[in-house]
Amino acid sequence: MYTPKTTLTEEQLAIMNGSKGEVLAKVAETVIRYGDMFGAKRLIPVTHGRGHLVTSFGLSLLKPVYRTMDELIGAGLKVEEGFTMDPRPVDFVNVKCNPLDRLLFSTVLYGKQKDYEEQLKKLGLAGDDAFSCACYFDEMGNVPKKGDILSWAESSAVNYANSVLGARCNRNSGMIDIFGSILGYVPEFGLLTDEGRRAKWKVTVNTTKKPLPQILGSAIGLKVTEDVPYVVGLDKWIGTELTDECKSYLKDFGAATASNGAVGLYHIDKITPEAVELGESLLEEGYKEYVIDDAELERVRNSYPVMWKDPDKKGSLAFIGCPHLSANQLREWSENILNALEKAGRKKVAVRTVLCTAPPVAEEFRKTALYEKLYATGARVTSICPLMYTSNPLTKSRRLMTCSNKLRTYSMARYYTDGEMLDIISGAGSKA
Amino acid sequence: MKEFKGRVINAGYFKGEAVVSHQGVNTLATFQKSALAGAKSVTVSDQNNPDLFGKNITGKALCLPQTIGSTTGGMVIQVICSMGINPACMLFSEHIDSLAGAGIILSVVWENSDIIAIDMLGDEFLSTVKTGDTVEVLEDGTVRIV
Repeated sequence: MYTPKTTLTEEQLAIMNGSKGEVLAKVAETVIRYGDMFGAKRLIPVTHGRGHLVTSFGLSLLKPVYRTMDELIGAGLKVEEGFTMDPRPVDFVNVKCNPLDRLLFSTVLYGKQKDYEEQLKKLGLAGDDAFSCACYFDEMGNVPKKGDILSWAESSAVNYANSVLGARCNRNSGMIDIFGSILGYVPEFGLLTDEGRRAKWKVTVNTTKKPLPQILGSAIGLKVTEDVPYVVGLDKWIGTELTDECKSYLKDFGAATASNGAVGLYHIDKITPEAVELGESLLEEGYKEYVIDDAELERVRNSYPVMWKDPDKKGSLAFIGCPHLSANQLREWSENILNALEKAGRKKVAVRTVLCTAPPVAEEFRKTALYEKLYATGARVTSICPLMYTSNPLTKSRRLMTCSNKLRTYSMARYYTDGEMLDIISGAGSKA
Repeated sequence: MKEFKGRVINAGYFKGEAVVSHQGVNTLATFQKSALAGAKSVTVSDQNNPDLFGKNITGKALCLPQTIGSTTGGMVIQVICSMGINPACMLFSEHIDSLAGAGIILSVVWENSDIIAIDMLGDEFLSTVKTGDTVEVLEDGTVRIV
């Protein structure tokens, strides 16, 4: 039997020792051992009960996950306040596949999707539309408040909740997310503590133009890895108010810090809640410094490898929206594509184009005239996870393009800036 | 022979080949392709990690600072342990990160895995050990480069 180092209440200790069944005891032991590894002094209650799970895909090989879920269901356990999930992996209506792709997705890769979703429903899935990496969108209804304690996973969602919303969540792994939500407690360490939220890096943005969030986030993630950065100088470019536009910028910036490094929290001087409240007092004594100028961003951008077999060939499929596009980003991209096509004298997109957004955002957007115009160009709107789509081994021979640094990192997709991507989609550029 | 002492996360004895990454190991990017393909061993697929890209790490001592990247990381470690294609041990120069930590615990508690994990071996460990070196890992967290 495991001897915990964390100080537990009588109730918590009893649960670990099996007072509420063998399966919940294993759940508790996992959470407690996890905390012990990081010197947690106690378990604290999850105050925002709605969870968010990262493992949304019914990959056939995830047998340990399904087995564990069956154990939880068999023991009558569930997340009482429900949970949202990362996006589904496939959408055969809006992201068309050839018969071979379809066969591979349906049987080999995600053959367990239907069964897995049935498991999720029994465990507290919040609804049929509860699938987005950006669960914190108002439309998704999973918005914690400042100071809330969460048991979430999904690196970009944790990063956003900590940084932009001021909630508190560690960079939990898949499975730890649902265990904490079921148990109702998480170990107090790291980003759940005041000390763990202090910054080890002061990053100064010293550019001559507004930095692209995807590349700025990438540069910072690569430099600070898992540390907390305090970023100064960005307010000059994105203002000091958390408008929709600012939040969308920070969403993409944060996802790049989290995927190119392991950043779970960042502070932006004069913008994010704790930076507004505490300013540079958030910097730890002896903090390190990193200055980012135009040349540094160029260096980082040029360091991205091109994984295509033939880099000189044209791209064949463009993915936009990883993490999912917000409503204002979806509108902006649609308008930009239409304008660029008009300027280029084209009616149809020059390359297959897929825009990814949260299901309720997509549903509202599909009611608009703008959607009809976009649809007529051949571009499609979906709510899948493009990363899951590109995990198809058949895509190796294709030339995927993205303006997401997260998708670039985890796939063979080639990175283009938003502007370059627009040129490619409209046929104005020569690169695709 | 050089000797280092770390903290035991999951104890065990190992003697075999080291594979070294001087940068954070992106768990999802590293294991994704081999896991998806149901491969018999892991050939590292992380294009951003020149130290590891294309190398086989199954049954070896993976020496690294920490893991980075997607929060599927822990579950990915659980899966590769369940498939039996995991590195025999993970030797961290720094404090283990939350994703790798979760992965090790999930593997031990839910998969009865015997994956060895030692952390806090120090920067000197990572600057000393080289890919292809033979390392010996003892139950008490001692790591010898022999």
